[in-house]
Amino acid sequence: MSAIATEPRVVTAPAPTRQRRKRWTRFILPTYTGAFMLYLSFPIFIIILFSFNQTRTGFGTAPRVKTQWIGFTLDWYARVFEIPDLTAALQHSLLIALSSALAAAALGTFIGLALGRYRYKGRSATDFVIFLSISSPEIVLGAALASFFVSLSLPRGLFTLFLSHTMFSIAFVAVTVRARAQGLDRSLEDAAMDLGAGPVTTFVKVTLPLVFPGILAGFLLAFALSMDDFVISQFVQGPATMFPTWVFGATRVGIPPHVFVFATFIFAGGVVLTLVIFAALRRKT
Amino acid sequence: MLAMAGLALQEGTSLEGFRLTWRFANFTDALSKYDEFFLRSLRNGAIVTGASLLLSYPIAYWIAFYGGRFKTVFLFLLLLPFFVSFVIRTVSWSFILSDDGIVFGPLKSIGLLPEGFRVVGKTFAVLAGITYNLLPFTILPLYVSLERIDKSLVEAAKDLYSNKVQAFLKVVLPLSLPGVFAAILLTSIPAVGDYVNAAVLGGPGTAMIGNVIQSEFLVARDYPEASALAFILMAAMLVGATLYARLLGTEEITT
Repeated sequence: MSAIATEPRVVTAPAPTRQRRKRWTRFILPTYTGAFMLYLSFPIFIIILFSFNQTRTGFGTAPRVKTQWIGFTLDWYARVFEIPDLTAALQHSLLIALSSALAAAALGTFIGLALGRYRYKGRSATDFVIFLSISSPEIVLGAALASFFVSLSLPRGLFTLFLSHTMFSIAFVAVTVRARAQGLDRSLEDAAMDLGAGPVTTFVKVTLPLVFPGILAGFLLAFALSMDDFVISQFVQGPATMFPTWVFGATRVGIPPHVFVFATFIFAGGVVLTLVIFAALRRKT
Repeated sequence: MLAMAGLALQEGTSLEGFRLTWRFANFTDALSKYDEFFLRSLRNGAIVTGASLLLSYPIAYWIAFYGGRFKTVFLFLLLLPFFVSFVIRTVSWSFILSDDGIVFGPLKSIGLLPEGFRVVGKTFAVLAGITYNLLPFTILPLYVSLERIDKSLVEAAKDLYSNKVQAFLKVVLPLSLPGVFAAILLTSIPAVGDYVNAAVLGGPGTAMIGNVIQSEFLVARDYPEASALAFILMAAMLVGATLYARLLGTEEITT
């Protein structure tokens, strides 16, 4: 029944027999959604477009993006690694994202499994802490972590960045793994045990492969969140800079066009990766 | 592992550790000195949450009910812009909306807008920026709860002679309320704590409590005061969030 009800909305050329029931009002929602999607992607479109824009530079001044269109150039793509600080910031971001996502995937998997399968004392407390670290404002987490490091007199830098990013990512891995572990058939593990596998073998050969999609999803989420994170990074980075914090610092003096080129790359990378995962999932099912 | 996850809680309490003696004065000072910023943040959070709910609901509704087999594609298109860091997105908006930028520059040169017209630096730009950046947090929970609704219930309502509006108000809307609650929670918390939009798109008189905490901590290096402020913010958010969690259960929101 519902399939019949939704069908006419997908068809673009309306059949003349159904003409009477069609009113202009039914175009409001699709048009609105379409317009909204355009609005949402407008800033990205502008970034990609203006990464090809020329700039006028005086002597000795670094190039800054101009708000007017001057002319097409591929210059910035050729000179993208020109600013050492920016390149270093991007390397930091990638390094931290990769390492913290790996660490969070490893640690979060166990929390997720524990939450998904066992009832133990303090389970609801763990649940609450996870909920808390997902739902508290980033600035509070950032300030709390920074004061934690200050009170430990731990110098802020790449290591504290790694710790902080791992910490906020764990919750997300735990949530995705828990969702997977809850739907797990316990008898598969019992079967492995009956066939003489020890607890370790059972875990590695049965449990882990079964929850792996959850771990992978959590890992990718953690990687994306870490790449995107600005607030917590700004609080705990110390002298090291990450890509977003470098860009934020540059807003005061003007953004070099290289930033737009990197942003285009990151955007394209994210899109391609997502499409690949989509395709892989589709083939599996 | 528990200790790692528990860091979030422990830090919240350990941050007063190094100035234990005058910590209560700290709290009252912080409140009375910065009450204006707290109020502005709460107001901005409320406006942003309301606006993004109103903007997102029709889209989530349309995709969930009429998206057909293109649902995933539509969702993907919606989330496409969010593959770029939100600092970059905010910078891009300040670029687009700048005084002689690509939108207002031409409008000014043909005389449609007065020379002095500007958006960047005003409260409106900050609100629009936060709303834009938080839209996925509103759309996704709404979509999930709308998608779950059994479409035959709407048919049943129509069979029972309710018109479209009645069917929506009495069937679809009540069933989507969990999504609305989750969306409110997920949108309002980051909205209140945000400071990037106010820093990039705002001007004098638009600073939010996040800007105060950030500058107290990273510029003035007044750690106790910044911590007290952050603690107050967290406590306020926690009260709200806990009420929500009690009403709905945490699993409902985090999964």
